[in-house]
Amino acid sequence: MVSRPHGGRLVRRVATGARAERLAAEAREMHVIELPLDLAADAENIARGVYSPLEGFLVQEDYLHVLDDMRLADDTPWTIPIVLPVSPEELAGVGEGDEVALSYGGEPFAVMRVEEVYGWDKREYALKVYGTRDVRHPGVAKLEQMGELLIGGRLELFKPLPHPFSRYALWPEETRVLFEEKGWRTIAGFQTRNVPHRGHEYVQKAALTFVDGLLIHPLVGWKKPGDYRDEVIVAAYEALIDNYFPRDSIVFAVLRMAMRYAGPREAVHHAIVRKNFGCTHFIVGRDHAGVGNFYGPYDAWEIFREFPDLGVIPLFIREAFYCEKCGGFVNEKICPHSEEYRVRVSGTRLREMIRRGEAPPPELMRPEVARVVLSFENPFT
Amino acid sequence: MSGSKGRYTTVSIPVTLYERIKRLIEGTGFTSVSSFVTYVLREVVAQYEAEKGGEVFGEEERRAIIERLRKLGYL
Ligand SMILES: [Zn+2]
Repeated sequence: MVSRPHGGRLVRRVATGARAERLAAEAREMHVIELPLDLAADAENIARGVYSPLEGFLVQEDYLHVLDDMRLADDTPWTIPIVLPVSPEELAGVGEGDEVALSYGGEPFAVMRVEEVYGWDKREYALKVYGTRDVRHPGVAKLEQMGELLIGGRLELFKPLPHPFSRYALWPEETRVLFEEKGWRTIAGFQTRNVPHRGHEYVQKAALTFVDGLLIHPLVGWKKPGDYRDEVIVAAYEALIDNYFPRDSIVFAVLRMAMRYAGPREAVHHAIVRKNFGCTHFIVGRDHAGVGNFYGPYDAWEIFREFPDLGVIPLFIREAFYCEKCGGFVNEKICPHSEEYRVRVSGTRLREMIRRGEAPPPELMRPEVARVVLSFENPFT
Repeated sequence: MSGSKGRYTTVSIPVTLYERIKRLIEGTGFTSVSSFVTYVLREVVAQYEAEKGGEVFGEEERRAIIERLRKLGYL
């Protein structure tokens, strides 16, 4: 059975038909708040149940509980504050109880009731969510540019945002029905923002050995400069799946959600989100959602101990490497050989090779995948 | 500001059980009987909640979703 949505009920706040038309007409009369793509995507994710049980951007009580206890005010586990920062100028006199239109690219797409306007302490946010105030952390740096006020309140979407990968844009209601139709009872979610190398494939297949199906679920949008471009990741996975995965055990879909690089807290967030997509299990990698040296390699594994009620089972799969003696991909726990036989897959090294136009050796990357990646003139953002 | 004031309440458990838990958690990661009890209760409560069942889609809604999944090539 697919997992129960987080908080018990899949949120769906997407208006259709006459109601959508009415909201669109009303939105034209409202004060408009223009959002950057990451916040607009958060709004759509709320409306589509990706962030169930959230029905809107956090109000202050939930916000403070998430910061301090990693839970919503009703005790539901929740680790990343989903907030809507605005400047006083953007708010332009809008007050609590008013309705505003949320807009992206000059096109209103949702209506939000402003339940609360409140201030926030960005330094406290940085320390609690990112574990640092160091502005070299991309999440901390981004906080600086955000508005000084947060607005909380429920929203309703009346116009889907344009999506660059509509072919792969599945929402929780769709993956849930899909998994049921496939007869899967256990499903592992795999979060990624990379093109797949052999180490990823090993981890995915290790998980798949124990569950009915695997959801490969890359995040698209807003990565750091130097990361792979979204279309490269998608094309690389198409090549991998076509050549190396049984079609009936895998679902490939993309999710538009910004990386926060919040390490352990974000690992839990990623697990909750995949639970809403119907996953019963979630693969937690080495230095999951980490950046630089801000988190220990296995900090993200530790944090899951604090959530006996998460409702999705974390799968802690060790980092894989190629062992010449074992003759295949293995990990620390199953390979007795010394370092001289081990070929470690370094994402940084792979990127350097690709940047030079070299195909990585087949122990590191499948030739079909390498060919696709190298076919792009510039595979990086 | 956002301290833990007002975020805890008291429930009563038998002293014998309290002492038993205290012995049990010695040398474990649990720092207090309260944190142990909170952990165990959350685990149990989540199990009870899960028994309430999950999402139910209406017949027509489900058909529309399946139609979309076919069009995209997922089914
Ligand atoms: Zn070996």
